[in-house]
Amino acid sequence: MADKLHFSLVSPARELFSGDVDHVIAPGTEGEFGVLAHHAPFMTTLKNGVVRVLEGDAVKMRIYVRGGFADVTPAGLTILAEEARNLTDVKAEDVDAELEATRLKLLALDKDDPKQFALQAQMAYLEGIRAALAN
Amino acid sequence: MPSLKDLKNRIASVKSTQKITKAMQLVAAAKLKRAQDAATAARPYAERLAAVLANLAGSAGGNGPKLLAGTGKSDVHLVVVMTAERGLAGGFNAYVVKLARQKIQALLNEGKTVKILTIGKKGREQLARDYAKLFTTHVNLSDIKGNDFSESAIAIGVMLTKSYEAGEFDVATLIYSQFKNVLSQVPTAQQLIPAKAPEGAPSIDLGGAIYTYEPNEEALLEALLPRYINTQILSALLESSAGEQASRMTAMDNATRNAKDLIKALNLKYNRARQAQITKELIEIISGAEAL
Repeated sequence: MADKLHFSLVSPARELFSGDVDHVIAPGTEGEFGVLAHHAPFMTTLKNGVVRVLEGDAVKMRIYVRGGFADVTPAGLTILAEEARNLTDVKAEDVDAELEATRLKLLALDKDDPKQFALQAQMAYLEGIRAALAN
Repeated sequence: MPSLKDLKNRIASVKSTQKITKAMQLVAAAKLKRAQDAATAARPYAERLAAVLANLAGSAGGNGPKLLAGTGKSDVHLVVVMTAERGLAGGFNAYVVKLARQKIQALLNEGKTVKILTIGKKGREQLARDYAKLFTTHVNLSDIKGNDFSESAIAIGVMLTKSYEAGEFDVATLIYSQFKNVLSQVPTAQQLIPAKAPEGAPSIDLGGAIYTYEPNEEALLEALLPRYINTQILSALLESSAGEQASRMTAMDNATRNAKDLIKALNLKYNRARQAQITKELIEIISGAEAL
């Protein structure tokens, strides 16, 4: 593997990763896809799921993303995630605690509060992280 | 001529005011640091999203979804005015409101219907005098801790896109304070809806290859545009909050310095008055002794 793929993953809060890697597998809305160096220009939406960064054949990093976009250009792959967490930094207890807090917040809201939408998405995201941590 | 006691009280009161302004300055400085960090951290995402949108909008041409192409009219304008929740920040809120007034007045003069959405209490209070009838919704930011604006940004964005799709307005303009640096915050009017692809975004050299879109361009644009609007709102919120703290810091620094000058002047006056009184007492004693 001589050629490397430039990969960067940004969320609205910060840039999570930027560097050269061998292979990235991402959860597209129409199915998972892998990107190697010299991939053809390609753009897709993402669903909630795990982005895997591979070095050779070994998984180097797993990042859970909440929706967003992947954009492949000759310059590399950019993933714009709504929110993302590196799974190695996340503890199951913390996620459980957050889930509980979000659930309580959701219960406290009025039915037509505009914040409800954001909180529901947050719930789905946290549940997804929890499931990804389990395996 | 105020008495010695009056002057003493006056000095004490200015001193305690100075202590408060000094403390506010320090707090604002600490908060500014955090707000600035948050604004900087959010920048890469906003920039890349803008680049992706520019690229996609370029290939979609003029017939994109409604959020990009517009409704074809510009009769009803929604003006979103973003200010701070709290005052004592120099001219920060007043400048934003001033620009908002100009914008609203210009639109009214053109015969457009104007609706106002206020974010932050101060703008609402100041605009209420003239334009209370045009108010629609108000977004309260006071319960947000730190710089965690993402939930509010999404809530505002969803609210805007929903009412746009319901045909409640044709054009939405956001008026907020852009954070240039600590000393200058520029009130800016930015068109939110229909979304404008950023100008001057670098076009990507594909080396002759053709983009593949999955599922397709329209679906991508439809997913991307609301996020683009949310991101713009989020960046505006972050910049506005950084600007507020910067402005407060400068204002409080000035206030502290003014208090210092005032104390100096009052001290001088106090000492003169004291001396005058001593001299007077001496003269009284001496002339009393002479009379004997």
